Amino acid sequence: MAGEKRPPKTIIPKKYPMPVQDPQRRIKNFEEVALGYPEDTVIAEAKRCLDCKNAPCRQGCPVDVDIPAFIRLAAQGDFAGAIQKIKETNALPAICGRVCPQENQCEKFCTLGKKYEPVAIGRVERYCADWELARGALPQRVASPTGKRVAVVGSGPAGLTCAADLAKAGHGVTVFEALHVPGGVLMYGIPEFRLPKRVVQAEVDNLKKLGVRIEVNAVVGKFATVDELLNGGGFDAVFIGTGAGLPYFMKIPGENACGVYSANEFLTRTNLMKAYLFPGCDTPIRVGRKVAVLGGGNVAMDSARTALRLGAEESWIVYRRSRREMPARREEVEHAVEEGVKFAFLTSPTRIIHDHNYWVTGMECLRYELGEPDASGRRRPVPIPGTEFVMEVDTVVVAIGQGPNPLVPRTTSGLEVNRKGNIVADPVSGATSKPGVFAGGDIVTGAATVILAMGAGRAAAKAMHSYLTQKGAVR
Amino acid sequence: MYKIVHKEILAPTINLIEIEAPLVAGKAEAGQFVILRLGEGGERIPLTIADFDREKGTITCVFQEVGKTTKQLGTLEVGDELKDFAGPLGLPSRIQNYGSVVCVGGGVGVAPVYPIARALKEAGNEVTGIIGARNRELLFWEDRMQAACTRLLVATDDGSYGHHGFVTDLLREVIGEKKELDLCIAIGPLPMMRAVSNLTREYGLKTVVSLNSIMVDGTGMCGCCRVTVGGETKFTCVDGPEFDGHLVDFEEMARRSVIYKPMEQLALELYLEGTGHRCSCGQGGEK
Repeated sequence: MAGEKRPPKTIIPKKYPMPVQDPQRRIKNFEEVALGYPEDTVIAEAKRCLDCKNAPCRQGCPVDVDIPAFIRLAAQGDFAGAIQKIKETNALPAICGRVCPQENQCEKFCTLGKKYEPVAIGRVERYCADWELARGALPQRVASPTGKRVAVVGSGPAGLTCAADLAKAGHGVTVFEALHVPGGVLMYGIPEFRLPKRVVQAEVDNLKKLGVRIEVNAVVGKFATVDELLNGGGFDAVFIGTGAGLPYFMKIPGENACGVYSANEFLTRTNLMKAYLFPGCDTPIRVGRKVAVLGGGNVAMDSARTALRLGAEESWIVYRRSRREMPARREEVEHAVEEGVKFAFLTSPTRIIHDHNYWVTGMECLRYELGEPDASGRRRPVPIPGTEFVMEVDTVVVAIGQGPNPLVPRTTSGLEVNRKGNIVADPVSGATSKPGVFAGGDIVTGAATVILAMGAGRAAAKAMHSYLTQKGAVR
Repeated sequence: MYKIVHKEILAPTINLIEIEAPLVAGKAEAGQFVILRLGEGGERIPLTIADFDREKGTITCVFQEVGKTTKQLGTLEVGDELKDFAGPLGLPSRIQNYGSVVCVGGGVGVAPVYPIARALKEAGNEVTGIIGARNRELLFWEDRMQAACTRLLVATDDGSYGHHGFVTDLLREVIGEKKELDLCIAIGPLPMMRAVSNLTREYGLKTVVSLNSIMVDGTGMCGCCRVTVGGETKFTCVDGPEFDGHLVDFEEMARRSVIYKPMEQLALELYLEGTGHRCSCGQGGEK
């Protein structure tokens, strides 16, 4: 604390290692890889914090969690206090502690990290959140009912956060989810081995305790449009958080061959539909002997690691840039390497080859080199002519990104979208071109992170609360 | 949960169920489909809407028992409930007054073609209906189609009823006698839709087919249902299910539709074993 005299600190240069399932064992199951710190380790790790005055870690957090404060409480073993502190600004800490790219956020700015390894802020966050989940979340205060009703479209991180905040402010909230379970990408996209579905379920249950109604199998844009929800549907405002639910393909010949999956399909079959339990569950998936995953992000890592667990003998990441440009979380890349995922860098396919039955037999690829930096700041990959070669694979998973699902934007009148189809929304309030309609998360920003979507859901909830309370008795 | 309020066995292995789903029924149009799931661990299967009743808030689906899920669905009775039921998905049929149209339904495809024929007739079209099945026993809804069409022609593969042969034989006759046909709608098994499209291409008769691709989410999220139409990749679930039959790559579509065949057969066998069903009746595997 400011002004307090602290005893000099012994620096522990490295993070306490995270206990993990052994790689050889875990590639045969879908259970969580990172097992979580034990209590004494989390306290020791929290004590590594220098508690520096300017706390640069906070500027790296998209939702401005009071990191020094919760780390300090955790160091004292006060996990109830720590989780309360985190939850002041982060609604889904058990999820963020597992899936945030901390190395590009809080931990990137950690003072300790300038010379040594930064404090494992994410792991401490996860411990505190799991500590609370194991005991049942403390009941949260809900303001007295305002009589206003809000529809939240989509139950991913943006929608869940927005719904929770609006419910706490006393509004009547209904969440509409197109699939048969709530959670969005947390359920269909991120694998069980990285984010156990019980953790997502617990967050959804907390939401229900706040009085939020969740309607599954409710495809907005089909059973009702946003306009209909507002006019005659009884809702005073709508939040759109429909995510990046449109898979991009390479647009190369052969991409519709049998054995080519979008990462969305590959992961949805496995995570949401539990195809790894087939025939115990009804949804099948076919994974061949040698799988190529195109892309270098988290979705690509998830797909490559899923392929191994589904029984592939070889699983390759095929990426047109080099290792250092890969957008995936560092820990996911490390885990993938440990599990035996192979990498073909500076490589990209030009066509997919199939047999007469349309089954994939290989990919023709080109080698790339890195040129000048592009708009993303990363060096642009340039194909090297004449380097064509055939990579023999029987399954291809395309994980080169996702765009905004057009279902809601296309069926909503007066809603401005940009060239890529993302909804145009105020970066602070989430307000769209349509009065009473707010949006946030990947549908606005393009595919990004859970924490950014959550932050957008929270910001929109704040703006919607003022919109609803200032709007007076308009119905 | 979505309750079954009515059930009919239309033919051996072909069932009709009417399901209580007011939100879906409120918006359903001819040509659209639903995705349903029977229970925990179940798969999501798309079924084309065969009829809807906005006032009662019900959707009618007709399905043939071919795999585990449809066989299981066939065991459900009035009062039983489906776990999940989402829709109406896909784009509705384009209903307008084209002039003279022909609606072709083959096998279980007669069911989804029925509300389209009805709507086209209501829109002022002269509607010629052609329906067909393998044999008389498998033919259903002749009465409904009779009412929905200006005239109706029937074919059976084995000649046990109506014309002895395929619906394409009758279609060729209709095209021959009526030069002024403006549109053909064809729904049925892939080989039938392909044959119809090949035939009408010869005559330059615009043809719409309704594809029943394998799907997971049905909202454009997974891309499992992609199909090449006119050289472009389309998603059946959001861009279809109806496409220009002259532009569909049926060969690719046929290959993609059997991707999971070995696994579907395994699931079916295990299911039938589990129910004590011994496979002597010929229903143990897909033909």
